[in-house]
Amino acid sequence: MSDFPAPDEIRTEELLITIIARLLEGCRLVSSGASSPIPGGGCLLARHQSGGAMQVNVLGSRANNLMTNGGVELFDWAAQGRLDAFFLGGGQIDGQANINLVGIGDYPQAKIRWPGSFGSAYLYYLVPRVILFREEHTRRVFVEKVDFISTPGTSDPEVYRTGGPYAMVSPICQMGFDKDRRKFHLVSVHPGHTVEEVLDNTGFEIDVPEHVPETILPDRATLNIIRQQISLEIAECYPRFAAKVFPEAMNAA
Amino acid sequence: MGGREGERGGTVNNRLRLRHAQGRAGPCRDAPLFAHLPIWYKQHFKWEEYAMTGIVHDSVDSLAALIPDGSKIVVPADYTGIAMELTRAMVRRGVRDLYMVCLPVTGLQGDMLIGAGAVKTIETSAVTLGEFGGAPRFQAAIGDGSLHIKDATCPAIHAGIQAAQKGIPYMPLRGMIGSDVLANRDDWKVAQNPFSDEEDPIVLLPAIRPDFALIHAKKADRHGNIYIGIRREVMALAGASRQTLVTVEEIVDDNLLRDDETAAGTLPALYVGGVAEAKKGAWPLAFWDEYPADEAHMTSYVAAARSAEGFQDYLDQFVTGDARAAAAE
Repeated sequence: MSDFPAPDEIRTEELLITIIARLLEGCRLVSSGASSPIPGGGCLLARHQSGGAMQVNVLGSRANNLMTNGGVELFDWAAQGRLDAFFLGGGQIDGQANINLVGIGDYPQAKIRWPGSFGSAYLYYLVPRVILFREEHTRRVFVEKVDFISTPGTSDPEVYRTGGPYAMVSPICQMGFDKDRRKFHLVSVHPGHTVEEVLDNTGFEIDVPEHVPETILPDRATLNIIRQQISLEIAECYPRFAAKVFPEAMNAA
Repeated sequence: MGGREGERGGTVNNRLRLRHAQGRAGPCRDAPLFAHLPIWYKQHFKWEEYAMTGIVHDSVDSLAALIPDGSKIVVPADYTGIAMELTRAMVRRGVRDLYMVCLPVTGLQGDMLIGAGAVKTIETSAVTLGEFGGAPRFQAAIGDGSLHIKDATCPAIHAGIQAAQKGIPYMPLRGMIGSDVLANRDDWKVAQNPFSDEEDPIVLLPAIRPDFALIHAKKADRHGNIYIGIRREVMALAGASRQTLVTVEEIVDDNLLRDDETAAGTLPALYVGGVAEAKKGAWPLAFWDEYPADEAHMTSYVAAARSAEGFQDYLDQFVTGDARAAAAE
C-alpha cells in the first residue's frame, strides 16, 4: 500500500502535475509549450516515472531541450508523428473543444486581447494526445461557444487530422472528450469538489456518468519527487512559478 | 608547424599542384591524399583573409540608421536572442510604419516598438511578456485599432520564412483548416494536394521575405561571421531576409569559420548587413546562458506601460535618456 498524504497537504499545482503525468503514460516523446509551468512539471514527472522510456522537451529550457535545429523542430516532430502529447490552454474553451487564444469581442479589434494562437492551429490537428489545461474553471472560460476559433476541437473527415483533444484538466475535475459525439464527459472530480460545482461552473453541456469517481491524489513518494526534484527542474524556465508554488525547495536550493 | 613545413609541406603542395597541372589528380588514384586535404591545408597553407568591409559598425545607433521607415523586419522569439539595444536605437531614431514579422512570437521588443508607434502591421502567433504577463502596449493598440494585426500560428510563420529561405513562392502546411486564424487570412490559400487521388485539402503559405532580420548573438568576428550556437532558427531568419542586422556581446579577433566547432554554429557573414557590439544587448531580457532576465526591470516596465503616459516616461528614462547604461550594470 502506498502512503497517501491528506488532501489538504497537497497543493492544487501538485495535484495537477500528478494528473498530467498520468495522462502521459506510455508516451515516447512529449513537449510542453509556451507559458506552461504545470504541464512542464507534468512532463518532467512523467519522464521520472517512465524510468527512461520517455523523452521530454520543455519549451524554453536549456537543460531539457531536445531541439538542435531551432524551434521549428517541434512542429516538424508533430507532422512526422513523433510527438505523442502536447498541451493547450485557452482564454475560452467551448463544448466542442474549440479553443480561443485570441480575445473576446469582435475580431480583430477585440475588447479583451490575449497573446495569440501560438502553435495551436497546427498542433491540435497533429498531436494524438492534446491535453487541455486551465487553472481557472469558470463559466467565462468554459463557454457555450468561443468568440474566435484559434483551433477547432474536431474537423470534417476530409481534413488531415491525426490528433485532437484527449483530456481536459482543471483545478476541480478531469474530463474526457468523445470525438464522434463532439462532447466532453466527466472523468473524475478532485477531492473537496463536487459534480454540482463542476456543472455550475461549466458553460456547456457535458456527459456525467452515474458514478463519478474522486481523482486519485499523488502518493507520498510522488509528492516528494515533485517537491524535491521536479520543482527545481521547472524553476529553470519558470522561476517565478517555482518561487510561488515551491518556496521551501527554492529556499533550500 | 614551421619545421614540418620545411620538411614536407612545400613538397606536398608542389606535388599536388604538379598533379593538378598534369591532370593526374583524381579522386580514385589520389584518394588517400585528398582524404587528408583539410588537415594539410590547416598545417601548410596560410589562410587568406578576405575581410569584407563595412560590416562592423561602431555603434548600435549606426545599425539602426540602416533601417528605413516602412521596412519589413523579422524578429525571433525571446529564447533566440533579442536585439533590445538595437530596438531602443530604432525607437530613438523614430522609425515608422514597420511591417513586423515575429518568428513565431514576440514580447517586450514588439510591445516597445508598438508603443513607440513604430509598427504599422504585425504578423505574429502571439505577443506576450511570458511570466511577466500580457503585453500592455500591444493590447492597447489592438483595442484602439491603431495596429494592423495578421494573426498566425507558429509553424505557418516558420513555413513562410522557410519558403523564402528556399527561394520558392509558398510552402504547404498541415492544420489550420476550420480555424478563424485561416478564415481571417485572405493571403493564405487552401488547395488540393496534387499528389493525392482523394480529397486532401492543404493550406499554402506565401513566402515571407523581410528586408531585415534583427538578432542579438554571443559574438562576431571582424569578418562579420556571427556565432549563433544552437540557435539554428537564425539560419532560417537570415536566409529569408535580404540582410541580417546583428548586435553581439563581443567582437573577437578569431575567424569563426576556421574551427569546425564554432563554424557549425556560425551564421556566415554573407547574410550579414551589419554588426555592432552591444554588451548586455538583450537587456532586460534573458540571453542564452549568458544572463537572466532583469526581473525587477521587467516588472517596472509592465507597470509603467499600462498607460500611454507611463510608457512615455519609461522611454524618456530608459530609451532616449541615459539611465539605461546605469540600469544594465
